[in-house]
Amino acid sequence: MSDNILEMNHITKEFSGVKALDDVNLKVKRGEIHALCGENGAGKSTLMNVLSGVYTYGSYSGDIVYNGEVCKFHSIKESEAKGIVIIHQELALSPNLSVAENVFLGNEQTTVKGVIDWTETRKRAQEMLQRVGLGDEDVNVPISTLGVGKQQLIEIAKAMAKKVELLILDEPTAALNDEESKQLLEIMLELKKQGITCIIISHKLNEISYVSDSITVIRDGHTIETLEKGKDDFSEDRIIKGMVGRELTNRYPEREGVKIGDTIFELQNWNVYHPDDANRQMIKDVNLQVRAGEVVGLAGLMGAGRTELAMSVFGRSYGQKISGTVKINGKEVHLKSVKDAIDNKLAYVSEDRKTYGLVLIDDIKRNMTMAALRNFFSKKGVVNGNDEIVSAEEYKKRINIKANSIEQVVGSLSGGNQQKVVLAKWMLTQPDVLILDEPTRGIDVGAKYEIYCVINELAKAGKAVIVISSEMQEIIGTCDRVYVINEGAIAGELTKEEVSQERIMQCIMAHNRKGE
Amino acid sequence: MDKKKTVNLDMKQYGMVLVLIAVFVIFAIMTGGKNLSPANINNLIMQNGYVVILAVGMLLCVLTGNVDLGVGSIVALCGATVGILLVDYKVNMWIAIAAALLIGLLCGMFSGFFISKLGVPPFIVTLATMLMGRGATYTMLQAQTKGPLPTNYTFIGAGFLPTIKIPFGDGTLDLVCIIVAAVASVLIVASELKNINTKKKYGFATNPVWQVAIKEVVILFIVWAFFYKLARYNGIPFVLVVMGFLVALYQFITSKTVAGRQIYALGGNRKAAQLSGINTDKVFFWVYTNMGILCAVAGIVLSARNAAATPKAGDQFEMDAIASCYIGGAAVAGGSGTIMGAVVGAFIMGILNNGMSLYGWSTDIQKIVKGAVLLGAVTVDLLSKRKKG
Repeated sequence: MSDNILEMNHITKEFSGVKALDDVNLKVKRGEIHALCGENGAGKSTLMNVLSGVYTYGSYSGDIVYNGEVCKFHSIKESEAKGIVIIHQELALSPNLSVAENVFLGNEQTTVKGVIDWTETRKRAQEMLQRVGLGDEDVNVPISTLGVGKQQLIEIAKAMAKKVELLILDEPTAALNDEESKQLLEIMLELKKQGITCIIISHKLNEISYVSDSITVIRDGHTIETLEKGKDDFSEDRIIKGMVGRELTNRYPEREGVKIGDTIFELQNWNVYHPDDANRQMIKDVNLQVRAGEVVGLAGLMGAGRTELAMSVFGRSYGQKISGTVKINGKEVHLKSVKDAIDNKLAYVSEDRKTYGLVLIDDIKRNMTMAALRNFFSKKGVVNGNDEIVSAEEYKKRINIKANSIEQVVGSLSGGNQQKVVLAKWMLTQPDVLILDEPTRGIDVGAKYEIYCVINELAKAGKAVIVISSEMQEIIGTCDRVYVINEGAIAGELTKEEVSQERIMQCIMAHNRKGE
Repeated sequence: MDKKKTVNLDMKQYGMVLVLIAVFVIFAIMTGGKNLSPANINNLIMQNGYVVILAVGMLLCVLTGNVDLGVGSIVALCGATVGILLVDYKVNMWIAIAAALLIGLLCGMFSGFFISKLGVPPFIVTLATMLMGRGATYTMLQAQTKGPLPTNYTFIGAGFLPTIKIPFGDGTLDLVCIIVAAVASVLIVASELKNINTKKKYGFATNPVWQVAIKEVVILFIVWAFFYKLARYNGIPFVLVVMGFLVALYQFITSKTVAGRQIYALGGNRKAAQLSGINTDKVFFWVYTNMGILCAVAGIVLSARNAAATPKAGDQFEMDAIASCYIGGAAVAGGSGTIMGAVVGAFIMGILNNGMSLYGWSTDIQKIVKGAVLLGAVTVDLLSKRKKG
């Protein structure tokens, strides 16, 4: 017998004639951290759904050998009983229940059949939290009072409570900042010491090369290769080569021939208070300028106030007691509503496309024209359907949205394509100033590249672009100038020549010290 | 030459129309063709006019992901207003109608204000207007029926357009109906041709010719059968004109205007709609205000048909209107549904009522059947969507 805890052999899965997985092989050694890499739509999630029993035995061909025996799962319950637990990107926690209740959600500790043993629940919840490094947390508080990072760890604790042997993490760090991500990765290494095998799916390649022992790359439903630590090259460039099938020498496309013009967006003495607490100042005396054709980054840690800053400017969508001036094209404007902002050529692409950007049950076309409908696609309140179709088709082609037609429902698109629809939606409002909040969150390398190309195109067209990103690499790679934001204030300004991860952190540290 | 792109007709779109036809045919067999009589076809329109009017307004509420429970009470309140003004104060008919519309408008604005400005859930607000409206109606009418209403007023609910009758078979035939049917046929065919041309111009896939032909033949057959029956009776009821106008107007609003699009966007994802520059409070306010006005219209039609205002009028109309929207394929969560769907839903309910009455089933049994149809229709709709997804 080999030391493989899991072998998936010749897995083929079809969806109405289209092969999502074609003869995929995956071998995971006992006790290792195994990463699964591939672009969006490559088939990673499908493969994990086959493994966990979401796609039942018989709906695919090939076999799953787990702990030496062939498994035929018909439901998630069956795979969980064997110790295979999958943690999805979207957290499966009930916000108003306590930490302890969530840890044993669906797996309640009962005495007599059906009656919950609260003492046992709390005691064991505490044990589980200990194992994921949250030993100091109170198990009785509602889970919604904890940050996303801790909630993610509680998901892991929940898996531990189910006596997990093989833990699958789908994009566990997508919503976490650098620090929280780091903590999560350390926990994974800790779990490895405790003998738990992990499969991790992530787009953050630096994390993968840091934490994993072997990497299987999937492309277009095929297994491309498996790299092993110590034997193979684990660099990000090497992984990307496998994922996209070619060398992506530069992850950030060059911006050429852009003429930087006059200042067209200016913010002066901008102050904002918390929407629920009039005494809590969220944004403090922010001053910034962006010139035509310039891409300016807002760097900072999660919670630094960048999104709050952007949303408060964008038609006062956040906060209260807002004061300060906004100038667009040299003229002071009063943006009291989102409509005012759109009319004054300002666009804001939200960080959370599913919640704030798209109507998921509606089609591409209608989503694209949602914000521009009033100003550009209607006359006296009547929609011009033909113009709408022409523009939607044009943008679909221009920014390369992969979909059958503009009538496809956006909920069925991959993350990268959804993001492109949101971008198109705001480009159609013909803005002069665009604020892009986490424009590449949770999307694959190829789609990221395409979005950077769109940013360049916007700059070339003389727009002022503001990029908010938690990925410092991205800020450094795409921006002409960077403002470092910390605790709602500007902690520093760096030019393209000066900017580096270290300099950004130095600004934040210096600002923190000043505050103390 | 590039190859012609064709795609089959999406039958799901016409599923409820087929159900409608099937229900009608079943009752035709069960009642031995009684429901096909010209008088009964006419009755179907007159009896269901108000449900269609309310379903059209209710669809907008349903699109936002909510309902309006106060509909039946507001219908009664507006009817009572007309009754009191006409019988007790003998005012001009037009003033009475204007007063009823004003009451409806104010009731709608009242709900709209609480929902949009104060953020009270629509379910609660309209549950309150349901109770308050009913109470106000009983108080105003002192629990008495107010009637009879003058004939120039009852024309709205029971009158017919002018006719040109010629002898035909064992009765008469109204030429006005035939002319209307002819004009409608030309318009239907012309719009289909225009639709195909537009699709070709933009290079979109068109449906196979034979399928389009069958579809058109079925539609034309229904139109002609319908107007022929009306022609054999008393011509075109005035209610049909009111109904036709409102359905066309709201079909246009929901499919072709910015306002309509905003309602769909709000229902699909409120936060995204807000961040796209849509004033969602304003949309909510107008959707509920609009519902109030349509309640007034329905109240006028109903009281005119009954020639009286009764305190019990409009009881449970909200349920019929809500059921019509859901049978017509609207999503409970909001953001999807069509006016034509709601109209078809209203007629499925109407044909069921009518057919069961003709067959001699009691209203008790009718309720059971209607409940089952609602549950069945929505279940089938959900299951078919799940399969697709």
